[in-house]
Amino acid sequence: MGFLIVQFLTGLSDASGLFLVACGLSLIFGVSRIVNFAHGSFYMVGAYLAYYLIGYLPLGGLSFWASILISGLIVGLIGILVEVLLLKRLYRSPELFLLMGTFGLILVIQDLSRWLFGSEDLLGPRCPGLDGSIDILGTLLPQYDLALIIIALLILLAIWLLLNRTRWGILVRAATEDREMLAALGVNQSLLFTSVFFLGSFLAGLGGALQLPKGGADLLMDLNVIAGAFVVVVVGGMGSILGAYLAALLIGELSAFGVLVLPQSTLVMMFLIMAVVLIIRPYGLFGKGKSGEYEYDEKTSAPIQPASERLKLAGLGLLLLVLLMPLFAGDFQLVLMIEIAILALSSMSLYFMMGPGGMISFGHAVFFGGGAYAAALLVHHLNTPMELALFFAPLLVGLLALIIGWFCVRLSGVYLAMLTLAFAQICWSIVFQWSAFTGGDDGLLSIWPSDWASNRIVFYYLTMTLCIGGILILRHLVFTPFGYTLRACRDSALRVDSIGINLKRHQWFTFALTGFFAGLAGSIYVFSKGSVFPDEMAIPRSFDFLLMVLLGGIEALSGPVIGSAAFIWLHDLISRIHFWQLILGSIFIFLVVAFPRGIAGFLDNRFGRIFSNHIGPRA
Amino acid sequence: MTTILSIHRLSKSFEGIRAVNNISFDLNEGELLAMIGPNGAGKSTCFNLINGQLVPDSGSIVIFGKKINGLKPRHIWRLGVGRTFQITSTFISMTVLENVQMALLSHHGRTLNVVRKVQNLFMDESIELLERVGMADQQDRACGTLAYGDLKRVELAVALANNPKLLLMDEPTAGMGPKERSRLMELTAEIVQTHRIGVLFTEHDMEVVFKHADRIIVLNQGKLVAQGCPEDVRRDTGVQEIYLGREEAARLEKII
Ligand SMILES: Nc1ncnc2c1ncn2[C@@H]1O[C@H](COP(=O)(O)OP(=O)(O)OP(=O)(O)O)[C@@H](O)[C@H]1O
Ligand SMILES: [Mg+2]
Repeated sequence: MGFLIVQFLTGLSDASGLFLVACGLSLIFGVSRIVNFAHGSFYMVGAYLAYYLIGYLPLGGLSFWASILISGLIVGLIGILVEVLLLKRLYRSPELFLLMGTFGLILVIQDLSRWLFGSEDLLGPRCPGLDGSIDILGTLLPQYDLALIIIALLILLAIWLLLNRTRWGILVRAATEDREMLAALGVNQSLLFTSVFFLGSFLAGLGGALQLPKGGADLLMDLNVIAGAFVVVVVGGMGSILGAYLAALLIGELSAFGVLVLPQSTLVMMFLIMAVVLIIRPYGLFGKGKSGEYEYDEKTSAPIQPASERLKLAGLGLLLLVLLMPLFAGDFQLVLMIEIAILALSSMSLYFMMGPGGMISFGHAVFFGGGAYAAALLVHHLNTPMELALFFAPLLVGLLALIIGWFCVRLSGVYLAMLTLAFAQICWSIVFQWSAFTGGDDGLLSIWPSDWASNRIVFYYLTMTLCIGGILILRHLVFTPFGYTLRACRDSALRVDSIGINLKRHQWFTFALTGFFAGLAGSIYVFSKGSVFPDEMAIPRSFDFLLMVLLGGIEALSGPVIGSAAFIWLHDLISRIHFWQLILGSIFIFLVVAFPRGIAGFLDNRFGRIFSNHIGPRA
Repeated sequence: MTTILSIHRLSKSFEGIRAVNNISFDLNEGELLAMIGPNGAGKSTCFNLINGQLVPDSGSIVIFGKKINGLKPRHIWRLGVGRTFQITSTFISMTVLENVQMALLSHHGRTLNVVRKVQNLFMDESIELLERVGMADQQDRACGTLAYGDLKRVELAVALANNPKLLLMDEPTAGMGPKERSRLMELTAEIVQTHRIGVLFTEHDMEVVFKHADRIIVLNQGKLVAQGCPEDVRRDTGVQEIYLGREEAARLEKII
């Protein structure tokens, strides 16, 4: 009995921790619709700051709590800085660019923290006066766990009072529920956004500082908590604080008791819960429809035009260069080119879904990694020759995509994106934990091409044929009735429905196509590397693809190719430098501020005339 | 004369507001029926019920002899019902021509085609439709850059793409100048005549209504308060009250 109570309280304490990270994120999203991926980084900075402050503040027993509060405040100020200097410039850009800007922030903060705080994992100090345990019917519970439960409830109460009992709170709620009304009221939106961002960041910093005695501080915290925070926010319904608390509670308790029944469930429990909740309630527990939707920016939606003669010529030149490459390039360059081609195909398939399809995926790695694993498993268990593996793996992934897509197309916007992430995590954890079948963490090794293709140059041509072929097919699709229908669905669900088109069916098939081509890329990838590990399916991999697409720009069809090439080239170039994440992150931030239409969009803007058939402004 | 649309005791409420309250009326082949009423009278809600965007609380909607309660808009469209919206809804990332091509692709069941290029599909038909509404000269412009009145005409071309037998037009002339208005309504009247289709439209410009409508129904606060030929409706004191207020109406009566 005591054990069950303690288990319950442990779950509640975990839930409190989750709520502390998530509440600020939900607040910020509700008001400004910013999907702030850097929220986890703020949390991490809060933890580090508190660690050092506790050591320095000469306040005796009080220094612990004072440090936590001060850390929160400092992080809040950093939040203001970020909002004013960076995000304010991006409110008018497509939401994807905001996403990219906050990705850049993650990288920058990561390296700055390494530099400032060192890369050692820090063990958290104990909380003075609360460092013991309580005996509950024979089972021990740390006192600090109880403190966290109470603090979370107090913070929930404080936010509730702030939102319901102050003028500021009423404005925040108005902004969350009805933005047009807010604009009509003539409120100073800029100030409101900044203050909300301050509060949200403050809460993130506070959360990080508060969990210090439990989890310490390390450089992986940022990404470790951000996924969980998003799950809580989405399950609760974006913008709803009470929803976030209940979602955290649901996740905390189900995880605490789920472990008892099925120990392997820890890694996926929250994603399973999210998948189930989103399938039953497409806008989360307390979410209201629409608020999670990406609205398509008119700037990003100029009509597409077929390639002009000059552009075709340029493409042909590039193709020729690729074909002749083995004549003058060394082994290293060929390997790099192979990688670029594979990732470009995978990015192109993601682009097809995001650009014309208007559906953002945070879990694209499930298709890419899925292709790699499908091929590797076929070879490993069935001794399938490469040719057949390359044929069947993409089909299997296409099937997987049909299953995942069937659920996902019922949602839209951020909710859809998060459901793709949930499925990706579920698949990842299966691969990670089912060692007997997938090799688990050790991966699958010795997956080599057939003899005839094992020569580097032959394999190079094989890869180029498949990847460029795939990219050209995807490109062609954009110009076909199917591609047009997809764009029509993105532009206006209302109009599409009133001219007899089944929107969901077309989006569903898009998932299948995306899965097929990403799976093809993944299966070539595994033969080029000779092995595959669960990382290929994990969240960072999904983010890589997202970054490649964003880097190239969502507007131009050539975007994903340019983006992948630039990404890999940059990565290769600067990963040899010490603080490469800082540089890469700064480049991202610079890019979104300087070229809000992406690189390809910028090139098109600048030099589009040269390649255009038409004279005069583009329609 | 055949009835193509028959509404019987139709009702729909939103959170306590009875937006459409027990309405019944018919629409015949070759008829141009105007639905008028002040803002918030329930006109758009009525349209949304007929084209399946909303599900009625009670009552029945029969189109071409088939009860369509609960069918989705895309299924109702397949029966031959075209629709334009009060707030235009077009594909803004496409050109005028492509918007019409989209409707034709759907009409001909080609939306899953992954081989042909849209560029070469249904060009003549699309241009012909655009010519009918007077937008052929702007066919290559992006819909995102059009004037509001022009968007309305594109919507009409899109709505005509599947040769509808019933056309629902919610404020088709909003955003147009007086000349443009009467030209569009003349065009509509002509289509009604030549193709023997039925049109239900709403309009705030009474001049347009009385000039072009064969018959008028008047809605107020969700209820149908009058119907008949333009002359009868014009003389109806109830209708005058709705539009002019009680005192004004009384004064008007004295003058007459
Ligand atoms: N989706 C909805 N949810 C809640 N209330 C609605 C909804 N749609 C319409 N209403 C309400 O129903 C009533 C009728 O609205 P409707 O749009 O049908 O009027 P209308 O006659 O078309 O007016 P207008 O001339 O301004 O277009 C209004 O009071 C409106 O506020
Ligand atoms: Mg209306």
